[in-house]
Amino acid sequence: MNAYSVDHIHDDHHDHGPPPGLMRWVTTTNHKDIGTLYLWFSLIMFFIGGFMALIIRTELFQPGLQIVDPHFFNQMTTMHALVMIFGVVMPAFVGLANWMLPMMVGAPDMALPRMNNWSFWILPFGFAMMLSTLFMEGGGPASGWTIYPPLVLQTGDALPFLIFSIHILGVSSIMGAINIVATIMNMRAPGMTYMKMPLFVWTWFITAYLLIAVMPVLAGAVTMLLTDKFFGTSFFDAAGGGDPVMFQHIFWFFGHPEVYILILPAFGIVSEIIPTFSRKKLFGYSSMVYATASIAFLSFIVWAHHMFTVGMPLAGALFFMFTTMLIAVPTGVKVFNWVSTMWRGAMTFETPMLFAIGFVIMFTIGGFSGLMLAMTPIDFQYHDTYFVVAHFHYVLVPGAIFAIIAGVYYWIPKWTGNMYDEKLGKAHFWLSTIFVNVLFFPMHFVGLAGMPRRIPDYAVQFTDFNQIATIGAFGFGFAQILLLVVVIKCIRGGAKATDQVWEGAHGLEWSVASPAPYHTFSPQPVVK
Amino acid sequence: MRRFKQFHLIVIPVAMFGFGYLMVPIYDIFCDITGLNGKTSSISQAELDVLETDQDRRVRVEFISALNQGAQWNFYPEVKSMKVTPGKSYTTTYTATNRLDQSMVGQAVPSVAPAQAATYFNKTECFCFVQQSFDPHESRQMPLVFVVDPELPDDINTLTLSYTFFDVNSRIN
Ligand code: HEM
Ligand SMILES: [Cu+2]
Repeated sequence: MNAYSVDHIHDDHHDHGPPPGLMRWVTTTNHKDIGTLYLWFSLIMFFIGGFMALIIRTELFQPGLQIVDPHFFNQMTTMHALVMIFGVVMPAFVGLANWMLPMMVGAPDMALPRMNNWSFWILPFGFAMMLSTLFMEGGGPASGWTIYPPLVLQTGDALPFLIFSIHILGVSSIMGAINIVATIMNMRAPGMTYMKMPLFVWTWFITAYLLIAVMPVLAGAVTMLLTDKFFGTSFFDAAGGGDPVMFQHIFWFFGHPEVYILILPAFGIVSEIIPTFSRKKLFGYSSMVYATASIAFLSFIVWAHHMFTVGMPLAGALFFMFTTMLIAVPTGVKVFNWVSTMWRGAMTFETPMLFAIGFVIMFTIGGFSGLMLAMTPIDFQYHDTYFVVAHFHYVLVPGAIFAIIAGVYYWIPKWTGNMYDEKLGKAHFWLSTIFVNVLFFPMHFVGLAGMPRRIPDYAVQFTDFNQIATIGAFGFGFAQILLLVVVIKCIRGGAKATDQVWEGAHGLEWSVASPAPYHTFSPQPVVK
Repeated sequence: MRRFKQFHLIVIPVAMFGFGYLMVPIYDIFCDITGLNGKTSSISQAELDVLETDQDRRVRVEFISALNQGAQWNFYPEVKSMKVTPGKSYTTTYTATNRLDQSMVGQAVPSVAPAQAATYFNKTECFCFVQQSFDPHESRQMPLVFVVDPELPDDINTLTLSYTFFDVNSRIN
């Protein structure tokens, strides 16, 4: 599927550039502009969320209470997670989808360009509202990102703002997902059959369905919180006949598919990069597609592995344990295919490839700790400890975030027309990889030893590992400044990129000029 | 080329929003059948009359009480535990005292452990069926009539009935 032959029709003569000035960005309906907006938004939020993480890690450098009071500490853990999940990883994936999907399937733009503009522009308002809660009477939400009642109902003035901002983010991602499905279903170039679509397109296709299926469930859950607090309902209030445990069921029915929303597009990116730098076709293309689909399906029936400790009948615990472990099978297929693609390939190690290989190795570490957590009796010990924190940071930071960074390095020459600074890119990779492990690996140990998560103080015997983690956090945080430097340098200049950019790259997106013209693929190419 | 013809993309989100709410009754029915969240059953006098008693068996029932979020009450069971014969009905009481200078309304919410036993614990009469209003500093004994179903699995010999007493003034105002 990698060898496209394309009737490339030059469309330079009707290539209108963008209108000048700031209004270009406000009114734009161009998929490339909107992709750029999403990516910048995500990068800014990355630094905001990272700053919060550094506050957390500074407090945890020593036992006892040092720099912030416990209530503020809890606001930081809550906000850090909300910003990173809804403000960084999801918008970055949508940004990459906006930029690359139309070019990968040979479409002139997204299917619904006006809606595309809306789905981006409500995001900054949603986040402005969410972040502003930190300055309100009673502070921001401090219940953790899982917003369990009854604790979250003790939030001060911030509660309705938190809930409305979650509604806005939900609407934004549902609109984005609808747009992506409509683009894939209706706008593919002639000859681009489903089983010829690049894997990044496939994984996004499936992710988009996850999004439209579960974001509304989250919206429902937070609406119930709102009416419980202000309109006298008692969905989660035992005094009125409700049950707080029910919130956990509804939340995780959203929450577990959500974690796959945060990783499936990453699988797609890595599946694009590894073949390019191995100079081989992706091993097991169709098994990759089916593996992605089965992961997505299974993700709907495993949610209670987040709540083994609430008290479940044996049959329930066994069901959720085995279905959870079953997910490791398609996930294993993917890792196997990535490794097989590299096997005996003519590999080179440019920055995108380094990040992709880092992804494969470190995501797998996170998968293993996930398997440990999936075992019900063992989870009784690990639940709500730093072991869980280590698990999900391995799958999300050197997992999802590394894949996003790999994607940026991989496609930025196509966006700007310039090669990025390879030396700085490599430095960025090595610093990130070293420090991310210094940061998160010790968390496994303190977790196994019983250090609870979301608490600003800890027993003195955990001090050493926490200090190591904090050093790692600052190292990782500052290393990300390199990413900003590389991106800005690449926008301003650098060696000119060829159209194909990478020697081993195949696919429609590499058949257009670098930088990609403002309008591509109208008329559409024919894929043979 | 029409750019949008997949109306299921609108139907799914709307339906899933509804499904989130549908999980509430599903959850209740599921817990009713399985007794999972410790919710006890109630039983009518007529049903009670036809229950066989299991003379050879004795089951221990323990009573405990709790207050929710610093509610200003005294609340405790009359006896801490009793030995009962499955199938026979028993009466016991809980005492509640309003410690405040104003009238208060409270609601007791029951829960049985272990959860597998919850559906076998039946009440014919309980102060927990309705909200209870108290005058300032009023103290009152509140009755509870219950029967343990003889079908209770053999491996369960002790049941713990817990009541949590909630202030519900704010819900009423
Ligand atoms: C092999 C696959 C995986 C397995 C078996 C697995 C299993 C689990 C289990 C059992 C828990 C609950 C731990 C507890 O709270 O006691 C958990 C938590 C978590 N997992 Fe995974 N996981 C896997 C992959 C992933 C992936 C790919 C992601 C996201 C990219 C992810 C993100 C999370 C998050 C965010 C939490 C913590 C949620 C919270 O309580 O805040 N996991 N995982
Ligand atoms: Cu999960």
